[in-house]
Amino acid sequence: MAAGAPSSGAAPARARPLERLLGETPSAWLFIAPAVVIILGLSLVPMLWSLLLSFKASDLVTPSRWVGLDNYAALAEDPQFGAAVRHTLIYAALFVPLSIAGGLALALLLNRRVRFIGLYRTLVFVPFVISAAAQGVLFSFIFDAQFGVANAVLDAVGIGRQGFFQDPGQALYLLVLIGLWAGIGFCVIVYLAALQDIPADLVEAASIDGARHWGTFRHIVLPSLAPVTVFLLVWQTFQALQLFDLVYVSTKGGPLQSTTVIVYFVYDQAFQLFNAGYGAAGAYALALGLLVVGVLGGLYRRRRERVA
Amino acid sequence: MTAAGATALERPARGARARELAGRLPFSPWHLVLAPAALVFAIPLAWLLLSSFMSNAQINRFPPTIIPDALHLDGYRYVVENALFPRWFVNSVVVSGVAVASNLVFCSLAGYAFARLRFRGSRVVLVLLLATLVVPFQLTMIPTFLVMKQLGLIDTLGALIVPALVTPFGVFLLRQFFLSLPRELEEAAWIDGCSRLKILWTIILPLARPALATVAVLTFLTVWNDLTWPLIAINSDHTYTLQLGLATFQGTHRTEWSAVMAGNLITVLPVLLAFLAAQRTFIRSLTSSAVKG
Repeated sequence: MAAGAPSSGAAPARARPLERLLGETPSAWLFIAPAVVIILGLSLVPMLWSLLLSFKASDLVTPSRWVGLDNYAALAEDPQFGAAVRHTLIYAALFVPLSIAGGLALALLLNRRVRFIGLYRTLVFVPFVISAAAQGVLFSFIFDAQFGVANAVLDAVGIGRQGFFQDPGQALYLLVLIGLWAGIGFCVIVYLAALQDIPADLVEAASIDGARHWGTFRHIVLPSLAPVTVFLLVWQTFQALQLFDLVYVSTKGGPLQSTTVIVYFVYDQAFQLFNAGYGAAGAYALALGLLVVGVLGGLYRRRRERVA
Repeated sequence: MTAAGATALERPARGARARELAGRLPFSPWHLVLAPAALVFAIPLAWLLLSSFMSNAQINRFPPTIIPDALHLDGYRYVVENALFPRWFVNSVVVSGVAVASNLVFCSLAGYAFARLRFRGSRVVLVLLLATLVVPFQLTMIPTFLVMKQLGLIDTLGALIVPALVTPFGVFLLRQFFLSLPRELEEAAWIDGCSRLKILWTIILPLARPALATVAVLTFLTVWNDLTWPLIAINSDHTYTLQLGLATFQGTHRTEWSAVMAGNLITVLPVLLAFLAAQRTFIRSLTSSAVKG
């Protein structure tokens, strides 16, 4: 092909053996070398290294000791890890469906031609580009039990002041609320893009056939949104299970460890308590959960492609 | 049948009433729903902006006031004079700037090689790179810390830059884009004896601007906003990034909200401005993978 021809024509004869060994365009390796070294060196290698670490007792400083599956066994019985899993699952169980349902509702609302629609879309989406650290700091201020504007408003309308981040019964749900404020925008733009991809004549044909608004929505719009909904389910679940930055900034896992999530547990074990092997085991337990979600999403996609 | 008939009879009446109501409004009735919904998202950010220009005395006043009673710059003065926010800003600019530039270069080179060059092992390497797309950061962060420590980079900006130099996502995205370009574009240059590098630079990359913009936007957003990795890799406060500096500053200045909000605004402003300047590119970048599946 065009790619190989000039180099085999121009190259001197003694380059041939090397060329045969590396393929038709050995210089291609120079093109990919930086990417390969960095990506494989700092992703694939560490991933396997982590797996090895999870079978060891290691404090990252002194020589480590092989302990087999002890870390995993300890994890299964560790009430702190159990609590972290529980908090993560509560967060995910609220954040994922609410962000997707809310995102769809807002996208349907925003999918029309009225004045200022661009401004509305921008405002709904803008929190998504703001860092979790900045969100955490901003909402720590708004929900500050003493100086926060939220309590002032609740006071004014007669509901009474709340503990918010100081209340172990409220902190996790507050994190869900902040997560939704920042995360719905992504679902909205994905749904908006998908809605605009639905052929207009399909919707039109349905209404000519006498379909009502609800009927069109139920039988035409909703089915064509199924693939992006599955994508969002997987994506948002990944986000929820990997929650960390927001927790670190706004609650540090507190109060009374009511918001320790899995990644916070891993971070704490590996970098605060120097139980690197134990932390790595926690990370692998989380990765297993992510793998299950990802595989389910992949299976759905494969089935759809077979049908189509 | 009867039920359907009944609703059909009801419908014109309801529609007429709604139309009558809409006719009396000077604007589309949808604004009655859209405006409050948009405000829910805007109010926290407006509060961030307003409170950063208040004095601490005004913030602590009860009942709270919404409009700054004067344009107080105390918060900004504080974070510039008593904290290292300018330094952190420069650190963040350096780290994300280098990351964006190197991603554009390295992802282009690798993406082009995977799209156009035939070499032994290309399939295997590509599959390995793609596999890393789904590796969660939690699995790699502990050994990455150890690697950076071996390289002597911990507590330097290098520790933040090296892992961000090139992303599998960028390589894959550009490869897909290059594959979509017709080969004929390059053939004439080939025959004229241009090198692969020159073809990439003079013919391919100018056509790839939208894809390059996507890579740049997503790299900037992830690197600028990251907190986890700087938190692990950096100890000294003069090497903090803005996110890490802001988080730490808030922890030590619990009651000086005016300064904290000023620091917060400094942290989010570059991303906000970049977003508002290139909104289309941002949104296309973020949805492209989702909608295409």
